[in-house]
Amino acid sequence: MIKFVLMVNRQGQTRLSRYYQPVELSRRAALEADVVRCCLSRRKEQCSFVEYKDFKLVYRQYAALYIVVAVTDAENELSVFELVHNFVEVLDKYFSRIMFNLDRVHVILDEMIQNGHIVETNKSRILAPLTALDKMADS
Amino acid sequence: MADRQRSAPLSWRNKPAAKMSDVVEKTLTALPSLLSLDSQPGSAKLSSSSKLGNLIRGITELTSKHEEEKLIQRELASIKEQVSSPNTTMRQMKELMVRAIYCESLGYEASFSYIHAIKLAQQGTALEKRVGYLAVSLFLNENHELLLLLVNTVLKDLQSTNLIEVCMALTVVSQMFPKDMIPAILPLVEEKLNHPKEIIRRKAVLALYKFYLIAPNQVQHIHNKFRKALCDKDPGVMTASLHIYVQMIQENPEGYKDLTTSFVTILKQVVGGKLPVDFNYHSVPAPWLQIQLLRILSLLGKNDPSTSEIMYEVLDESLQRAEMNHNITYAILFECVKCVYTIHPKSDLLEKAAKCIGNFVLSQKINLKYLGLKALTYVVQQDPKLALQHQMTIIECLDHPDLIIKRETLELLFRITNAQNVMVIVDKMLEFLRVSTDDYTTIDLVGKVAELAEKYAPDNEWFIETMNTVFSVGGDMMQPDIPNCFLKLLSEGFDSVEEDRKLRRFAVDSYVSLLRGEPGKLPQRFLQVISWVLGEYSHLREELEPATVLRLLGKLLDMKQTSSETKTWVLMAMTKLSEGGASVAVAQQVSETYISSMDTVLRQRAQELQHLSQDSELRARVLPRDDGLEPLEVDSSLSFLDGFVSEALAAGAAPYKPPHQRQEELAQAKVLSLEPYGLSLPISMSSCSIADRQSPTLLSISSGLSGDSTELSHKGGSTTLKLDGVKRVWGREGYLAQRESVEEVAQVEVPSPLRSPSQQAEADSSHSQTPTLTPTPEPKQDKQQLASSLFFGLSSQSPMCLMGKPEPTPSRFRGKKKIQGSSPSTIEQTPSSLVSTPSTVDNLLCNDPLDITSEPTVSLSKITSELSPGIITPANGTCDVEANLTGSDVNESNPLLSEDDGLAAADPTPHEDPDRPKDLCLSSHLPAELCGLGHSEITPLCTNQSLDLSACHVQKEDSLVLVIFISNSSAIQQILLDLHSEQLEVSRLSDSPVVDVSSHGVAVYQYSLTVKRPSVHVEVVGIVSYQLCDGTPQTLQFSYRLPLTSFIRPLTVSTEEYGTMWLDFSHDTKQNLTLIGDGEEPLTATLNVLKRKLQLGVVEVIGMEGILACQLLQDQPCLMHCRVHAGALAVWLRSPVPDLPDCLIYHCQRALQVD
Repeated sequence: MIKFVLMVNRQGQTRLSRYYQPVELSRRAALEADVVRCCLSRRKEQCSFVEYKDFKLVYRQYAALYIVVAVTDAENELSVFELVHNFVEVLDKYFSRIMFNLDRVHVILDEMIQNGHIVETNKSRILAPLTALDKMADS
Repeated sequence: MADRQRSAPLSWRNKPAAKMSDVVEKTLTALPSLLSLDSQPGSAKLSSSSKLGNLIRGITELTSKHEEEKLIQRELASIKEQVSSPNTTMRQMKELMVRAIYCESLGYEASFSYIHAIKLAQQGTALEKRVGYLAVSLFLNENHELLLLLVNTVLKDLQSTNLIEVCMALTVVSQMFPKDMIPAILPLVEEKLNHPKEIIRRKAVLALYKFYLIAPNQVQHIHNKFRKALCDKDPGVMTASLHIYVQMIQENPEGYKDLTTSFVTILKQVVGGKLPVDFNYHSVPAPWLQIQLLRILSLLGKNDPSTSEIMYEVLDESLQRAEMNHNITYAILFECVKCVYTIHPKSDLLEKAAKCIGNFVLSQKINLKYLGLKALTYVVQQDPKLALQHQMTIIECLDHPDLIIKRETLELLFRITNAQNVMVIVDKMLEFLRVSTDDYTTIDLVGKVAELAEKYAPDNEWFIETMNTVFSVGGDMMQPDIPNCFLKLLSEGFDSVEEDRKLRRFAVDSYVSLLRGEPGKLPQRFLQVISWVLGEYSHLREELEPATVLRLLGKLLDMKQTSSETKTWVLMAMTKLSEGGASVAVAQQVSETYISSMDTVLRQRAQELQHLSQDSELRARVLPRDDGLEPLEVDSSLSFLDGFVSEALAAGAAPYKPPHQRQEELAQAKVLSLEPYGLSLPISMSSCSIADRQSPTLLSISSGLSGDSTELSHKGGSTTLKLDGVKRVWGREGYLAQRESVEEVAQVEVPSPLRSPSQQAEADSSHSQTPTLTPTPEPKQDKQQLASSLFFGLSSQSPMCLMGKPEPTPSRFRGKKKIQGSSPSTIEQTPSSLVSTPSTVDNLLCNDPLDITSEPTVSLSKITSELSPGIITPANGTCDVEANLTGSDVNESNPLLSEDDGLAAADPTPHEDPDRPKDLCLSSHLPAELCGLGHSEITPLCTNQSLDLSACHVQKEDSLVLVIFISNSSAIQQILLDLHSEQLEVSRLSDSPVVDVSSHGVAVYQYSLTVKRPSVHVEVVGIVSYQLCDGTPQTLQFSYRLPLTSFIRPLTVSTEEYGTMWLDFSHDTKQNLTLIGDGEEPLTATLNVLKRKLQLGVVEVIGMEGILACQLLQDQPCLMHCRVHAGALAVWLRSPVPDLPDCLIYHCQRALQVD
């Protein structure tokens, strides 16, 4: 089960966050800072999974961008690690023609993960609703 | 259904392959700048006019949190101004919402925008609408009241002709929706399950999944639609339905065993590459789907050999297929290995899985190594040899520079710890603890070290020293039960008195030297432990002057950082020690200081110290120093105060009224007051636990000095409290725990491996020489040595004990209950009514209630039925009453079907009713395991020339078994029995003996019954079908009726629990019942009848009120509150189960009428 997804830059500033279990807004900033500190302090050759309190963090770095996914202990860390890459590949496929948009990244993420579960991994299906919206806007 | 299942996924094969997805992995380093998420100047692609872009850039350039806050507040103010302007277009609104989302994701609340997000979802089009929904789902939590405003929009969009809008609505519904509004949209969502577009069907399934999560009852009726979704021709829809199935199977694996074949077929097809290519990820077919299916299979195959059998082949295939060198295949393999080790074992699969784990652990890739360790940790309990194979790798991981790997390795070692390797493993854990900075890890590891030390400690010195480290490192963060268990263990001791002394003496020595060092550095909890131990046991060191110890303890009082709680402990210890001239002087001095303390507890302790140190005779009586640990005899009636009370009464004092009585007088006007449950509870006082030598860390008795004890009601006034014991005065845990544990020690004679030092040395030398333990050819010497000490004992384990847990190693220190295999909750959950005055009756009751009933002597059962309402007494002759009660329930239309709920077998003498010879002979066919239990009269169900059917039911403590006897008189074949019921869940007990009845035999079928829907009487309807020898098929129908009371069992709860439960339950009913007044106290008499006939458990009786609790089998509680009012019994029943209160009130009425 996935608890939250974070996208942060190297300075640890949050670019995107999506929680699948309720966390109060007031507590999020501190939690994110702590989580980011855990991941950013690690070296490349170290393991991509970090134990954090009673759950685990799976993180992946793309140049200056870090994607961190918090999962429960029962989750398969490596499959989440690859899910992150799948997500990035989807973003890559889509944004090669359109400029970055916070809302669109969210829409893509919503197609992939819901209620903490992976609901779609097929790239073309993930993008189908969004491309349909774009077509609507074009016409 | 299964056929459709199998054929459906096959159709994928014929589908034209979707366009090839680009398998080539792109270099994604350009991505961050593309996303403008980079702080580098490369973010040129971002439109300079984009306000979000500007904001992000602005934030990125800032250096201080303060500046960020200022900037965001400015931004929020500007957003706020614009959203409320009437001229803002939807397009601008969308842009504003995105900025608000960003601000919130930085932790700044933008609650003013919530309502605008809902408006945007309502009025926007296309992407604007989507962003509106998105913002709503990000801003609001599931219980937010604004969410109600979204319902209409969702409803409209679900009906839209624009598929994109339908899609959006379904997406938001599957993320969040107000629970109470589900019925409003459910029909629309259900309708979408038949939509021609796969994406709509898929999202509809996900929406139903959400409904299932938040309100399972609402979708109860559409389970067959879930099955349809599982068979959908589109793999995406099928995948979506798996989420529901994982959930449902987790909750009830038994209910979905029939789908195993379907899941296996689907997995086979996926693994075999039958899905369209766009489901591939890096050429691996639908990996996350495979993982999901493997999880489902392990849930289904767990502890089920025949179901496991079905999946062996596909698991084997999965293990072989995943040869490709890619992370995602490893992820699948990991899941596969877990599955193989979860389901019923098959040796060649286990071998392959083990090899797989080996490859992981040995891998150079760190992520794989981690996963390997995780898998090893998972399987090592079943197969400790596996750890042995990889011992050198494990040793290396123990020294790995990555703390995460180290931590996971410790977790693994924790699972394989035994008496031989405990010292090395604990040493490694403590080493890690000293460098760990994370509180969570510290708390976790400290708990584990303590557990291992208690379980496997090889000697006293090691144990005490290890615990010292635990207390120092764990400090005030650790779980409070660690010091509690430690002290309990020390005070209870174990096998030999001499060993106990040695351990205690060693502890005293160790603590004295710690106090002589730098006690200021020790955590408070540790100081408390030290104080208690010194107070209790420093006398064991004769050469140690009490005054010396007192002075050492006194130093603690003077330290600034010492908390007042710790000071209390110190003062208590001093009280125990103040003996002899010098120490009395110290004690007096200390008590002088604290006797005027602002802290009342401290002041009390100081008082005690002052008085008891002066009066050594009194001290010896209050604090007897004996090692025998006799359970304290408590005069629960406080009879020693009789003189005082009568004197006071004679002097004109008002008679004592217990709090509940006072309450009652206040609340006289009300018919029923619910409050007393909470208020009448005694407040367990932490003060004055001084007399409680045995359970030092638990709250204990309230002092007689306080004079406010509710216990006086035992003595004077109206004594209706026959039913409960002294629990209200004694801290429930403290006293009870003590007694229980004493008995435990007496009962469980664990063969403890007490070893003399020389034996120890022998063992040590022998294991370092064991040749089998060092198979790896040439690793470094020290590592090899470490390995041999770590993995000692593993090789000697039985080769593969996969099915059962490995044999428990006898523990030397029997501290925690859980170690001994008895339920950890026994102490807390023992019904309070079992704690009573130490009379003979009480001693009996302190045993397991079931023990009593197993040897039914008349007098004993009387006692139990009177004093412990919570005990089911099937063997004490209640049968006639039961029979009376239910005899009136005889099915009138068919007088032959006598309905008798009586528990006939209770009486050891069999029925000698000449009218029923069949009963006699049939009862001999009762399965052996049911024979000891009472069964109802065996009643004929239906008869014809060929066969006779009879049945009875057996009330077990935790279930109800229906036994059906089929006896035949002529040759018939293929007998099939089919049972169903509207009110009951009927399940065939798998271990029912299948007896061949083809010729003149008796077949016995057993069914377990549980209540689905309560009703006054419940009925099982059945059809038996068979073939005559000439092949003619025949059927016979029958029914069996039994009262709901057969399913009722007492529920043991404490008054507090009762109070909270009461408030939670929503279904209730009230009625006045007749009181039974046969001279004695009418309430007690009436309750006794209810208890006896209906198996209700009396929780507590206070004055004119009583509370009772029962449960319908399998956790469906019902609570009863009754109160004598105007010559009748006002009864109020509450339960979470609809109809249960009504049914129960009916039976209560009947029970009281018949009597």
